[in-house]
Amino acid sequence: MAKLVAGVATSHVPAIGAAIDLGKTQEPYWQPVFKGYEPAKRWIAEQKPDVVILVYNDHASAFSLEFIPTFALGCAQEFVPADEGWGPRKVPVVKGHPELAWHIAQSVILDEFDLTIVNNMAVDHGLTVPLSLMFGQPQEWPCQVIPLAVNVVQYPPPTGNRCYNFGKAIRRAVESFDQDLKVVIFGTGGMSHQLQGPRAGLINRQFDTAFLDNLTADPQKLARMPHIDYVREAGSEGIELVMWLIMRGALDAKVREVYRFYHVPASNTAVGHIILENEA
Amino acid sequence: MKGEPNPFDDIPGTTLFDAQRSRQGYHLNMFCMSLMKAANRELFKADEAAYLQTFPMTAEQRDAVLKRDWNRLIGLGGNIYFLAKLFSTDGKSFQHVAAIMTGATQEDYARMMLDGGRSPEGNRSKKDWDNRG
Repeated sequence: MAKLVAGVATSHVPAIGAAIDLGKTQEPYWQPVFKGYEPAKRWIAEQKPDVVILVYNDHASAFSLEFIPTFALGCAQEFVPADEGWGPRKVPVVKGHPELAWHIAQSVILDEFDLTIVNNMAVDHGLTVPLSLMFGQPQEWPCQVIPLAVNVVQYPPPTGNRCYNFGKAIRRAVESFDQDLKVVIFGTGGMSHQLQGPRAGLINRQFDTAFLDNLTADPQKLARMPHIDYVREAGSEGIELVMWLIMRGALDAKVREVYRFYHVPASNTAVGHIILENEA
Repeated sequence: MKGEPNPFDDIPGTTLFDAQRSRQGYHLNMFCMSLMKAANRELFKADEAAYLQTFPMTAEQRDAVLKRDWNRLIGLGGNIYFLAKLFSTDGKSFQHVAAIMTGATQEDYARMMLDGGRSPEGNRSKKDWDNRG
C-alpha cells in the first residue's frame, strides 16, 4: 500500500526561482537562503519519495478569472512550466502520477471534498520553486509530482479548517492506494508577506514563529484561525499559509519536527520552511 | 449583509480582492492576462492605447494602465498577480512596484526589507494610521 511518511512546508517566492535560474545563489543576498535549504536537500535525498503531492497556488498562470477552482488536482501525465510573462523557467517538465492522482480524486470526492480534476495545466513558480529548493537543478525531477492547486488569489480562499480536514481526506486516499509507494506532501506559500498597496512589505516574525511552532504543537488551533487574522497579521498574501494546513492534515496527529529554517527577506517575503515526519 | 461594516476595511493600506473587486476589475485583469503571450506583449508595446481599446475596460482603468498608477489600478479592481503581467512586460520586479505603492524609493524599500520588513506594530488598523498624525 502507499504510505504518506512526511510533510514539507516552504515558501515559493518567484525571485528565488530567478536567483537559481540566473546563477545568483552564491551572491551575499541569496546565499543565506540557499544555505538554509541544504539540510532539507540532504533529508529528501535520503527519503527518496516516489511521489510528492505538491499543494500550491497558481498565480494567474493556468487559471485566470475565467474559472477559479478552489481545489484543483493535476491528474495528467505531465505538466509543463508556465510562461509567467518572461518565458517559462528552464526546469524539467513535471511528471505526474495519473493513477494515484485519479485515485485521490475519486476517493476525496466520495469523501465529500469536491475538487476539480485537471488534465491539462501549466505549472508556475508556485510549484516549480519548491521543487528547485528541495531537489536543486537536476536534468529530471527525481520523483513524480501530483499538483494540487488551491485558490488563494480570489477572496475567499478555503478556510484553514477546510484545508486541514481536506489533508486528512488526502491521507485516507493515499493509504487506500494499492501500490507500494512512498509519498511526501508539500504545503507551499507564505510566510508573512504583502505585495500590494501602501502596507506592502509587511513581515511578522512573531506570527510566523508561532505558526511554525503550532504546526507541530497545536494544528487544530491554526485550523480555527479566521482569514482576517492572516491578512491583518501576516499580510494580504500571508493568507497562502492555509495551504500548509492541507499538508499538516495529511500527517499523524503527533509529528516530529526534523528541520526548520526562517529567513527575512527574499524580495518582499519571509521565507519559512519546516519538515515534519510521522512518528511511526 | 448590507450596512454591516466589513472588518477587512479596517486594515490600512490593504485591498482585499473580493467579489466586488473581481467584478469591477474583470476586464482590466483579463487585459493583463493577455500579456502572458509574447505576441500580445509586442502589440501592446507598439501602441499601448490602441491595444487597451480592444478590451472593454473603463476609461479610468485604461488611463491608470497608461500611467502605471499601481495603487489606483488596485483600487479599480486590479489584482496584484494579474498586474504582475503588466510590470513584467515592463521588465520591472515585484519589489520595484511594491516600493512605488508604498511611496518609498526602491532603495529605501529594499533597506526596510533587509532590516526585517514593515512591522505589524502600528500597521494593524486604520486607527493606527490615523493616529500617526
